[in-house]
Amino acid sequence: MPAVSKGDGMRGLAVFISDIRNCKSKEAEIKRINKELANIRSKFKGDKALDGYSKKKYVCKLLFIFLLGHDIDFGHMEAVNLLSSNKYTEKQIGYLFISVLVNSNSELIRLINNAIKNDLSSRNPTFMCLALHCIANVGSREMAEAFASEIPRILVAGDTMDSVKQSAALCLLRLYKTSPDLVLMGEWTSRVVHLLNDQHMGVVTAAISLITCLSQKNPDEFKTCVSLAVSRLSRIVSSASTDLQDYTYYFVPAPWLSCKLLRLLQCYPPPEDGAVKGRLVECLETILNKAQEPPKSKKVQHSNAKNAILFEAISLIIHYDSEPNLLVRACNQLGQFLQHRETNLRYLALESMCTLASSEFSHEAVKTHIETVINALKTERDVSVRQRAADLLYAMCDRSNAKQIVAEMLSYLETADYSIREEMVLKVAILAEKYAVDYSWYVDTILNLIRIAGDYVSEEVWYRVIQIVINRDDVQGYAAKTVFEALQAPACHENMVKVGGYILGEFGNLIAGDPRSSPLVQFNLLHSKFHLCSVPTRALLLSAYIKFINLFPETKATIQEVLRCDSQIRNSDVELQQRAVEYLKLSSIASTDVLATVLEEMPPFPERESSILAKLKKKKGPGAVSVTELDDGKREAGELNGGGDRGPDTASTPSPSADLLGIRSAAPVGAAQTNAVAVISHFHSYPFIPYLSCCLSASIPALFCGLSLHPCPVLWPPSSAPPSEDPAPPLSEADELLNKFVCKNNGVLFENQLLQIGIKSEYRQNLGRMYLFYGNKTSVQFASFTTTVSCPGELHKPVEPLVEGGAQIQQVLNIECITDFSDAPLLNIKFSRYGGALQNLTLKLPVTINKFFQPTEMSSSDFFQRWKQLSQPQQEAQKIFKANHSMDTEVLKAKLLGLGTALLDNIDPNPENYVCAGVIQTKSQQIGCLLRLEPNAQAQMYRLTLRCSKDTVSKRLCELLAQQF
Amino acid sequence: MSISETDRGLHRWSPHLACSSAGDFEMVAAVAARSGEQMQFMLLFSRQGKLRLQKWYVPLSDKEKKKITRELVQTVLARKPKMCSFLEWRDLKIVYKRYASLYFCCAIEDQDNELITLEIIHRYVELLDKYFGSVCELDIIFNFEKAYFILDEFLLGGEAQETSKKNVLKAIEQADLLQEPRHEYFNVPVY
Repeated sequence: MPAVSKGDGMRGLAVFISDIRNCKSKEAEIKRINKELANIRSKFKGDKALDGYSKKKYVCKLLFIFLLGHDIDFGHMEAVNLLSSNKYTEKQIGYLFISVLVNSNSELIRLINNAIKNDLSSRNPTFMCLALHCIANVGSREMAEAFASEIPRILVAGDTMDSVKQSAALCLLRLYKTSPDLVLMGEWTSRVVHLLNDQHMGVVTAAISLITCLSQKNPDEFKTCVSLAVSRLSRIVSSASTDLQDYTYYFVPAPWLSCKLLRLLQCYPPPEDGAVKGRLVECLETILNKAQEPPKSKKVQHSNAKNAILFEAISLIIHYDSEPNLLVRACNQLGQFLQHRETNLRYLALESMCTLASSEFSHEAVKTHIETVINALKTERDVSVRQRAADLLYAMCDRSNAKQIVAEMLSYLETADYSIREEMVLKVAILAEKYAVDYSWYVDTILNLIRIAGDYVSEEVWYRVIQIVINRDDVQGYAAKTVFEALQAPACHENMVKVGGYILGEFGNLIAGDPRSSPLVQFNLLHSKFHLCSVPTRALLLSAYIKFINLFPETKATIQEVLRCDSQIRNSDVELQQRAVEYLKLSSIASTDVLATVLEEMPPFPERESSILAKLKKKKGPGAVSVTELDDGKREAGELNGGGDRGPDTASTPSPSADLLGIRSAAPVGAAQTNAVAVISHFHSYPFIPYLSCCLSASIPALFCGLSLHPCPVLWPPSSAPPSEDPAPPLSEADELLNKFVCKNNGVLFENQLLQIGIKSEYRQNLGRMYLFYGNKTSVQFASFTTTVSCPGELHKPVEPLVEGGAQIQQVLNIECITDFSDAPLLNIKFSRYGGALQNLTLKLPVTINKFFQPTEMSSSDFFQRWKQLSQPQQEAQKIFKANHSMDTEVLKAKLLGLGTALLDNIDPNPENYVCAGVIQTKSQQIGCLLRLEPNAQAQMYRLTLRCSKDTVSKRLCELLAQQF
Repeated sequence: MSISETDRGLHRWSPHLACSSAGDFEMVAAVAARSGEQMQFMLLFSRQGKLRLQKWYVPLSDKEKKKITRELVQTVLARKPKMCSFLEWRDLKIVYKRYASLYFCCAIEDQDNELITLEIIHRYVELLDKYFGSVCELDIIFNFEKAYFILDEFLLGGEAQETSKKNVLKAIEQADLLQEPRHEYFNVPVY
């Protein structure tokens, strides 16, 4: 029995609770409750007026019943009556009942608000606090309407008691979160910020939560809080453990307040004022130093509180991402925790290191812990810790360690917990693709993945391997050979059969020379799996068979036999039956030519973001997506799917929407036979339909569809029209940002506190497509988000007007180069945030004339012949300039290739010089360009010479390029 | 509950998600606006899975609350001792700790600090302990309203309001002094 009974034991209540506890069964409990409900109802309805105590007791019983999980549909009025009692405990129970059970019964809300109003104006601090707690607990819009203007006054009034201030601050925070439009800080702003200086630590602790939330949404208005927060933090950090009396927790001074201060600072960039910054860095160093001191207590509370501050400090260091020294120290500290005996610390260290891994300053330092992390993946007993280890391995993976990490993850998969297998499979598939140096490794990895964890290999993963094999002809033979071998295992996963069917159907001919994998052997191998497979796989196999007939005429009779048998041609499944009938017919009546056309090898797939990456993001929820997405995009550039190394021969201009449904019905199909067309599209569209849902920014599906399904043409007229009225002039750094993209197509164009704009673009001939990703870095919605592209020319492209906090939206621009041009199109972005001023910024879209280059290979003699042809003085542009960047050969080569021209070897008699040639494709004409770059390493100078068939182009290219080296 | 520790051990989530089937969850969560960082709710439940106290800092329907409670109690009870005190659950981070027969379990958001939340739990336990004098589960069952009052003094709207033990207890004791004496006031009976 409890040692004390503080306060007013309500005997009737205690008896009732005892009764309930003594009930032997659920039925008995319900019976007892119904009896009590009937009793209370009759009391409330009775003629005799109840006294306050009884009312309180019954209301409390109802509350108890509700908390047991039963519905309560009466008693609200009695509870509201209690609010106006002048007895504290009755009032208190009334408020508790309202806080727990209130629903938006408008009539009651009015009464409740009345009672609250009375208590707020009572000047009795205990009553005021009760009323404020109630508002904070309920936090409804009606309450915000009634009290949002009153509470700031209470908060800053000079004569308000500290405890009331504390409640008022958090009460206001709650109202601000539910109805930000109703809480107008305006005149109170500076006084609220100055609560950070309050003498009472409790007031600061409560107020800072409010200030943090307000700062997130209105960083500019609240920015004075930075220096105040730094000085408060510095006082706490340097205080002795006893200075703060009751705010010291297990020898740690004010841990909650310290964490909140560090959190507040994360709403802002590093302080500009050198003194403030210095002081802050000192604080952070002190916190890191303290972590190395011996503990002042053995209690876990001491170390938890101390480490809570440490982790928050590390979050701030990562947020600033500008102090390499602190980042590396943070990484070392976390490295120590990786081997700590406390599971909690190991977990948090793994989690925190994941974010450190994405900082360029600490990525390498994180990588040094690879062995420890792999070990954690193997030996941690708690699955949530192993999950963190897997996340960290994924985050620290790069080209240098990909093989090791992928191998470890694969071997972990064999024993991994079911709950995390699917995610692990996605991660392995993504890493394998992203860091594939040779594609045979990639194919091996994915087939291993299917072998080890076939059940968890989602469709996206095996679609992806097929997509890549189809797009890369250097790996097709190897893939056919490997999958053929894999299929020889006695039991192989159905996903392996699908991949096998598809790949052998397309590329079986590449291994057919070997008698061990002759056409008939291949067919028999596939067909031996047929009967164990599900309908969709069988459908796929049937398509593979018809492809076989085309590839290997000698298999025709055997396959027709199979198609003709009853189990196919009379299959009860319509899809299978239709395929069998159509394929049989097709193979018997079509001429070899028609057959060859209809069943031609699949055309390459359009290059687009890996669908598995999108899936992983989706799995991870929106929070994880926002910022990393662009990073991934950036890193991916030029990788397997980036298309950077693909020749210009692909027939696929990516179209992010239409082709997903197979409408892009394979170019080679002549519409000769309706049947044949149907056949092809079965085969073609079947495995790829899901791509519709797989593109980027899964975070706002509805919005996303609206956008990308309507790519919008930006025309490219030659004349430059004046930009429309409102947009701000281009940012001062717009040109600089533009220059970053002359030699590359993907990356982050712009980033500030609020917004990040990422770009992916691809060009072919005189056409281009640009994907713009607008990421909202804040936690609050952007409203009336509009973007306008005014190139020389005008175009208004509606974007979805709202960008949710943390979310990202995508916009697609189609670009056509009509004629040569010098000025980049302007991109104007406007949006507003709750309570913030309208943001209006204008950038230059990185569309430069060189994007439309087609590389031209030519011999030395051709080159010099053309060079001489372009000898008119205005056709040549030349510049001599100082090197701004490294003069490293490889870097220069990469840049020149990024420019889009062909880099020609053995042309210039001086091997130090670089010579390039290309043709700029515009709609109206082609412009031939020759380039010569002569570096002088000693002088750190370059001479750049351009000769083009059009003088304006020579000039423009010369200007652009002079910025690049 | 003499503060014996059995160590046990968390992402953000939308007010609308629980009503939707598991399938739409991701979508709904993705669309819902973030409420900023704060504690989303606190649950106290027994080893048998009985809910002893629930405090919700985000508006949810009763149905949603029940669903979340059911799932979470199950998840946490299934964990072995010595496991880490944090876990990812849906879009939230769960921080939990067991004290004797009771589990204290908080849901916080992605950016929130797990360790400091663990110490929020501990400070709340200390407050209960000090107020009831060596608190046990029964105290919380029979004096549930007090447990709520203490929590409201300590945390408001999911944020720490007053972290000084002395100040919180002073506020509660002041309120106790305001009580009116009455014939029916006894100690709670022996159970």
